[in-house]
Amino acid sequence: MPDTRIDTYPTHEYQGYKLRAGKPQPFGATLVPGGVNFSVFSSHATSCTLVLFEKHAPEPIAEIPFYNEFRIGNVYAMTVFDLPYENIEYGFRFDGPWNPQQGHWFDKTKILMDPYAKVIGGRDVWGQTPDWNNIYHHRARLIVDDYDWENDQPLEIPMEDMVIYEMHVRGFTRQPSSNVHNPGTFNGLREKIPYLKELGINCVELMPIYEFDEFENSRKHPDTGELLLNFWGYSTVGFFAPKAGFAATGKFGMQADELKTLIKELHANGIEVMLDVVFNHTAEGNEHGPYISFRGIDNKVYYILTPEGYYYNFSGTGNTLNCNNPIVRGIVLDCLRYWTAEYHIDGFRFDLASILGRDQNGAPLPNPPLLEQLAFDPILAKVKLIAEAWDAGGLYQVGSFPAYGRWAEWNGRYRDTVRRWLKGDDDLVIELAQRIMGSPDMYAARGPIASINFITCHDGFTLMDLFSYNNKNNWANGENNNDGNSDNDSWNCGWEGESSDPNVNSLRQRQIKNAVALLMVSQGVPMILMGDEAGRTQWGNNNTYCHDNELGWFDWTLVEKNADLVQFFQHIINFRRSHPVLRNRFHLSQRDYVGSGYPDISWHGTEAGQPDWSEAARALAFMLCGKHARGGKVHDDYIYVAMNSYWDALWFHPPQLPSGMKWHIAVNTMMTSGQDIYPVGSEPVLEVQDAIMLGNRSTVILVGR
Amino acid sequence: MEVYSEERDGVVMVAIEGEVDGSSASLLKDKILPLITENCRMLIDMNQVSFMSSAGLRIMLLISREITQTSGEVVLVGLLPEIHDAMDATGFLKYFKLADSFEAGVEVLSN
Repeated sequence: MPDTRIDTYPTHEYQGYKLRAGKPQPFGATLVPGGVNFSVFSSHATSCTLVLFEKHAPEPIAEIPFYNEFRIGNVYAMTVFDLPYENIEYGFRFDGPWNPQQGHWFDKTKILMDPYAKVIGGRDVWGQTPDWNNIYHHRARLIVDDYDWENDQPLEIPMEDMVIYEMHVRGFTRQPSSNVHNPGTFNGLREKIPYLKELGINCVELMPIYEFDEFENSRKHPDTGELLLNFWGYSTVGFFAPKAGFAATGKFGMQADELKTLIKELHANGIEVMLDVVFNHTAEGNEHGPYISFRGIDNKVYYILTPEGYYYNFSGTGNTLNCNNPIVRGIVLDCLRYWTAEYHIDGFRFDLASILGRDQNGAPLPNPPLLEQLAFDPILAKVKLIAEAWDAGGLYQVGSFPAYGRWAEWNGRYRDTVRRWLKGDDDLVIELAQRIMGSPDMYAARGPIASINFITCHDGFTLMDLFSYNNKNNWANGENNNDGNSDNDSWNCGWEGESSDPNVNSLRQRQIKNAVALLMVSQGVPMILMGDEAGRTQWGNNNTYCHDNELGWFDWTLVEKNADLVQFFQHIINFRRSHPVLRNRFHLSQRDYVGSGYPDISWHGTEAGQPDWSEAARALAFMLCGKHARGGKVHDDYIYVAMNSYWDALWFHPPQLPSGMKWHIAVNTMMTSGQDIYPVGSEPVLEVQDAIMLGNRSTVILVGR
Repeated sequence: MEVYSEERDGVVMVAIEGEVDGSSASLLKDKILPLITENCRMLIDMNQVSFMSSAGLRIMLLISREITQTSGEVVLVGLLPEIHDAMDATGFLKYFKLADSFEAGVEVLSN
């Protein structure tokens, strides 16, 4: 930087603080030569004051008004010189109308957090009880974004090659059995990278890691007295700041560096990082919620309000961010650009994303500008954009989310169909075939890569519980078992809850294997839930959002106890990653377009070439022609998958292979460990080539080569 | 924060005492950078450093970069466990060679 800049000296002084007019861009607090530039927007405020604290101090050390000449348009911008930036916390007071009917909530007695705060103090150590008398809870701080990424960049793994692992940062290693140095932190996760690599996944999707308040709505359970916290964090306090309490170094304010170090090392191990982001609402709640930031800065701009001035509640959590207001669009875009550029994030999964497509009165837009803008943004050009394509206001857009050639969706219909099939419901074969092919009925033009296939996710039962409970068991949440979804398509395999019956337990293990096998041979992008590979249970609780305890933590002793399950997951994930024919970018055609004599996919029943599409059918098989892999550009083995969801054994007859090739057994979930799945390349030849018996509720995968 | 230095058998010995944070980091930089010469071999005694802020870590990395750019070597001696852990979690540790004592540090240097 030239040392001849002429704007690095103060022009004003206020109570000893040296000031000058700041630059309105970028928003937030930025270190500039000699000082800090503060810039904040409000369209309805009449004045703004910068409030400075020494770190952790109860009272401010200074309150500096923005002079009139420091405002450009609706942006207050000021440079303050000679600030000890590491030891400062800052906030704003805004004056303006207080008139809730008209949407204005200005209150200059409140100190408000900068919406662009890059680091936020106040909840530095997870679970440490806050001082409720604190006049400023979530405190904006300053950092330097100078992390040394060396050669790292986002991995840009092709969508069709992804295997996503959805996880909770704290829940992953908080349990002492994780044996990590810093349990429940970014650093703890970093220590477990070898485990993830061995599992074979290539993307971790982190449940919310933006700063949130675990004490929001904290309460004692009415019966047990246990303290219930906001463990999941689907309630953002600051969109630009990583959760301090998830960092071992949060107490030193080093959470940004710790998270970046984790991301860099995941990348070095071939694992992408996707963030679960919550732009549909904030932690400020409804009329009774606290002032944290937006409410006191420009309520009417940031939230969708009813004509009477109340908060619309499309999110089910009190308020709704006004995502298609141009100002809010701007902050969402700035936020995602920031995480992509400064944290090398590989993708984003948008919680209740349909809200992002509502207009300023809440009505769904046919062509939502925010979604379009994100899809075509130059910095976001290679990141994955994944929508949870529904909201709590009744908008359900699975299959029809405005995609602009970019957006993928959590495919809730995949989950529902596969669950029903596995438990043995009828009238499913036709729909199941669509789901296995990457849901061409839903994503005809978008291809299978628009479909994030999953059977379990954080919302709902774990995979073990899906086969252990008919009914949710959410009593520990203190809401009389009224919370959480009651419609789970689950089946307990003959006994509700934990069982000592070996028959029940072996059926559960088999169902878990059937589930993950089906997931890994489906076209589209598979996602598995943290711990499912080790048979993790939540004892039937399907909504553990408030549990920072065994209900929310991964018990690592299960990895040893259910070693055969873990091994099955490792092998079946590797099977998917070894066979390009399972990972097509474009839809299968059910035709032979390379002259192999076989269609790219062919459907079968117990007899080859005779699929039974009737309502009662509980047997289905398909074959993928290896010469059609990736549109015929790649040669792969032939793959035959037979699925029996009937309560008795059935003989299946696979199609005949081209001469010289033989069927080999890759998977038979009826068999016990050691024979249930074989490593890629060492599958034994099927003794009788034209027949194989499938035990009740089991899956067989053959490879032809 | 205090910084002491002397040269012994071709090794620059530096000792830092106190807290390295935003207010002392630039002083640390001013004291150490002039000691860096071509092929310089430096040991920094961290035994008496009780706290290292984010700015402190950055200055240490900057020093390490300056030294390696001039074909020199630097070893940190006697990091306290809490600082060691914070440097590990934030990724700074991997840029440094470590030793428990001056003698061990000299060994690390000559390797």
